[in-house]
Amino acid sequence: MKQTNTYIFIYASVMVIIVAAILSFTAEKLKPIQENNVKIEKIQNILSSVGIQSTKENAEEMFNKYIPESNRIVIGADGNVKEGQAAFDIDLKKELAKPENQRSLPLFVATLDNGENKAIVPLLGKGLWGPIWGYLAFNDDYNTIFGAVFDHKGETPGLGADINKEWFQKPFIGKTIFDGSQFVSIAVHKGGHGAAERAGDTKHGVDAISGGTITSKGLQAMLKDCLGNYVNYFNNHKK
Amino acid sequence: MSEMFSKKNLKLITNPLGEDNPITVQVLGICSALAVTVKVEPAIVMAISVTAVLAFANVIISLLRNTIPSRIRIIVQLVVIAALVILVDQILKAYAYDVSKQLSVFVGLIITNCILMGRLEAFALGNKPWPSFLDGIGNGSGYALILVIVAVTREIFGSGSITLPGFGEMKLIPQAFYDMGYSNNGLMILPPMALIVVGIIIWVQRARNKELIES
Repeated sequence: MKQTNTYIFIYASVMVIIVAAILSFTAEKLKPIQENNVKIEKIQNILSSVGIQSTKENAEEMFNKYIPESNRIVIGADGNVKEGQAAFDIDLKKELAKPENQRSLPLFVATLDNGENKAIVPLLGKGLWGPIWGYLAFNDDYNTIFGAVFDHKGETPGLGADINKEWFQKPFIGKTIFDGSQFVSIAVHKGGHGAAERAGDTKHGVDAISGGTITSKGLQAMLKDCLGNYVNYFNNHKK
Repeated sequence: MSEMFSKKNLKLITNPLGEDNPITVQVLGICSALAVTVKVEPAIVMAISVTAVLAFANVIISLLRNTIPSRIRIIVQLVVIAALVILVDQILKAYAYDVSKQLSVFVGLIITNCILMGRLEAFALGNKPWPSFLDGIGNGSGYALILVIVAVTREIFGSGSITLPGFGEMKLIPQAFYDMGYSNNGLMILPPMALIVVGIIIWVQRARNKELIES
């Protein structure tokens, strides 16, 4: 069969155009569904930091019930509330890349069934292989941790990936991020089970994951960096 | 109909399950077999994805086989595979979001899975669409079989459970065992153990079928 250069060029061009058309059509069609999946996951993470379990179907409804629009606020690093931005839509990655005084930081206040208010802070940081993120919920003293949820993109299974397991998250509950009026964040202690206790840091420290040192360190840095932005706001509102 | 499922055609499906298995005999597609077999659910989804991509890519290449310029045939094959893989990836992200998160980059890496290029080059370019389709299903199933065996082994011993699509995680090892001091094997969930399990399967298969042993 004759296969001149012209034939090859035309063949390749036509093929690429057809493939491009099919792929862009599919991507456009599926985009709303995919974006909704990401949104639902974010809602579920936020809710589970205050101990509310939701399904894919009722996540949005629960979100509106426990954290209504008026309870999703945006603050600056100076501690003042900023108007005119939707807290849920803020891209934390972009905000953290800005200089500290220009950041817009989302804060979600959940009102639980028993009437207690919990402030939920979103977190974003770096693990060993990729981003890690999470949500920390605080009691209304803006000091004591009420709940913690962490997740990751691709940490090592069984090691760093365990930051999304309950056994790692549970010890955060009840820890405080202020020592007196000094912001100390939460330290992650290496050295196996009970490491935080042996280090005499039962108030502001938890155990790291053995074999997941870099992820644990990344998580500690994430807590310090992200919570640091809220210190002024917390100091102003603390009871 | 009888011709469609003739003995020769059926062999296209059964051979890759055993004596011509893509993983244990042709030793193709090992990389993803190591990566997605920590739990059974992602392994099954990965296996279905690879089988679908392989079967359709085989058919498309087979239909085009007389028009594809031989000088750019590898590029044509890659474009077809890449397009199908991106379709699968997009569909998983839309309709099976949790699983697509677990599989993460490995769906995209189906593009580089040697089984696909291998079958397109070795079979689809020289055969009609129907046998090519069967060959794709057969090799995909052969891949699936090994993936599921490895995943079941690793999940039972590594996590003490089985996770099936649609059923969620089921604990297989009773709590009483753990209370008596049993503990999950941490090595099982790390990639090296997948290689060892695949190695054991290859060993058992060759011990039973002497024809597979190279002289």
